[in-house]
Amino acid sequence: MSEVTSINKKTYIDFKDVEVNEDIVLSLDEAGKTVDAIKRAEKASHIIMTIFTYLFILALAVVVVFPFYWMIITSLKQNEEIRSANQTFFPTIVMWSNYVHVFQVFDFSTYMRNTIVVAIFSTIGTLLTTILAAFAFARLKFKGRDAVFAIFLMTMMIPGEMMVITNYITVASFGWVGEGQTLMDAYLAMIVPFWISVFYIYLLRQNFKQIPNELYLAAKVDGKSDWSFLWKVMVPLASPTLISITILKFMGTWNSYVWPNLVTSENEYRLISNGLRGSAFVDVDAGITFYGYQTAATVLVTVPLFLLFIFFRKYIMKGVGRAGIKG
Amino acid sequence: MGISSLFKKKMTEQPPSLGVNELFAEERPVYQEGYDAEHDVVVRLVSKKAKTKAYQTRGIEDIGAKNNWKGWLYLAPVIILIAVFLIYPLVNTMFIAFTSNYKYASGEFDGLTLTNFTYILGLTESSSGAKELDFVRYAIPNTFLVVIITVPVSTLLSLLIAVALNSIKWFQKVLQTIFFLPYVTNTIAVGMVFSVIFDKQGIINFLFGTDTTWIYGADRWTAMIPLMMYIVWGSIPFKILVLLSGLQGIDKQYYQAAQIDSAPKSKVLWRITVPLLSPQILYLLITSFIGAWKEYTAIVGLFNGPGTLGQYSTDKNMLTMVYYVYDNLQTNTSAAAAAAVFLFVIILLFTALQGAVAKKRVHY
Repeated sequence: MSEVTSINKKTYIDFKDVEVNEDIVLSLDEAGKTVDAIKRAEKASHIIMTIFTYLFILALAVVVVFPFYWMIITSLKQNEEIRSANQTFFPTIVMWSNYVHVFQVFDFSTYMRNTIVVAIFSTIGTLLTTILAAFAFARLKFKGRDAVFAIFLMTMMIPGEMMVITNYITVASFGWVGEGQTLMDAYLAMIVPFWISVFYIYLLRQNFKQIPNELYLAAKVDGKSDWSFLWKVMVPLASPTLISITILKFMGTWNSYVWPNLVTSENEYRLISNGLRGSAFVDVDAGITFYGYQTAATVLVTVPLFLLFIFFRKYIMKGVGRAGIKG
Repeated sequence: MGISSLFKKKMTEQPPSLGVNELFAEERPVYQEGYDAEHDVVVRLVSKKAKTKAYQTRGIEDIGAKNNWKGWLYLAPVIILIAVFLIYPLVNTMFIAFTSNYKYASGEFDGLTLTNFTYILGLTESSSGAKELDFVRYAIPNTFLVVIITVPVSTLLSLLIAVALNSIKWFQKVLQTIFFLPYVTNTIAVGMVFSVIFDKQGIINFLFGTDTTWIYGADRWTAMIPLMMYIVWGSIPFKILVLLSGLQGIDKQYYQAAQIDSAPKSKVLWRITVPLLSPQILYLLITSFIGAWKEYTAIVGLFNGPGTLGQYSTDKNMLTMVYYVYDNLQTNTSAAAAAAVFLFVIILLFTALQGAVAKKRVHY
């Protein structure tokens, strides 16, 4: 500090020659401000920040929601209005008749029935195999358990596309695919290969492991078998995870497209996604797609999933948070 | 200090496994108490049959050794299914990739060969003299492009949204639910809606005053834009969910320290939030890279075919590797298998590479 000057009775220090550590930044902006002023400035910047955050979030939320909005709006428009040069954000004439037409042309009930049957039976099968395997891995001790579990986990790395080719050949050799396929064959081909999910086994095993050891030993003392302990104690205790698995499995079936498309020979054996993509709302001669009908069909396919989401939001978001894979 | 913490202390002094032996060492009463911290209840284990039945101490001690066969019995259904639908297909598909002219219906083939790989890579001709260029020209570049662009974009976008969602007070739950909505949809259905939105006479062209052909009859690079937007749109919900739960687990002290140092917001994001979220980000990158390599359904939803001219289009503009596999499954099973193996190897290499990078970068 080379010199200290005194002006107007206040003391100022000349900073020029002060050696300050490089890490410290002296903010000259705040010089001469009162504490209140600084607080006000901080509050103002906080408000501006909040406003920007909300603007950012809301703008993106609009982008996320827009396709749904547009789907519903388009499904209620006349075809001329959809293709007009002036796009409207609300239908001038609300065309409920689009839905009536879709119900007549698009065999919604058949696809719905197929999807629900496949979903129910593949879910039941998956739950059974998953519960048994998770119990064995979590509670029972036997030679080779950890090795088998490690192999199971490794199979999660393999992309499903590797399996599709051979699985197609396998179900064909079972007689479930090919000439003279019946509805039952198609169901079997769509259900049985999906009775396993290594990830759900892993998930449920973790859940079973959290159940205190004492419960198992107490049940043993009471002379209960492993079998009844599994179904009377462990399964009820793990029910939130089982519900999550069930819902995710349902959503997976609702979304599955490739496999049902491959293994079914008739349109009426297929699932909802296949039906939707395969449905022809096209005037071939004029080369026009009837977007009104088409989007009405997409609304019909989307609404059941939304209802499921509304009722089971907690389970879905929790399950996805842990599972993170569709189907 | 409540009664529950007393139990907690008691439990930590006596490990649970120890309790069993003591249970049988004592005469009466035959119960053991413990505190279940997760459910906030006191668990009391009582043997009701204590007076009538002798304790089966042997059975309990033997859980380690004697139900050997039982464990396998519980595993049997899964092992059979995994063997038939997971392990065998893996081996068999690799085998098919090295056979020539494999017929999926009969399982016949004309000997072993390496030419399937050179065939799909456009280096050699097939036995009938046809040359395959679609895989090299469209499937590989398209897939690479989708992987390289959609994964970083969607991850970064999700990170920003998650950080923003975590910082706001009002409507947090509502907005969180809104951003999750794309997850609960049918990929085909919303893809079809996107094709309406991006129609030549659709809302996008109307809003931006353009006259671009995005979907039907579009050229390859233009058609990539709606495709990638759709893929990003569909992949952010899961990422936001994972990142948000990661953010909620970060200790507030880090942010308080940053505040005292009056660190700028951007610095807080890149120097504190991102490093602390690195395990979640790594997990997301690995899963979404694998997912992006296998892009297929979004293309079916948007374009209804491998090209931009719909189901019967002859061009393969939008072909991806997985699309190629499905396209050739019945007509040229050997080539499809070779393409699947090719994809499998790429994914394995890529995941291994990511793991190696992560070792240096991720803070657990």
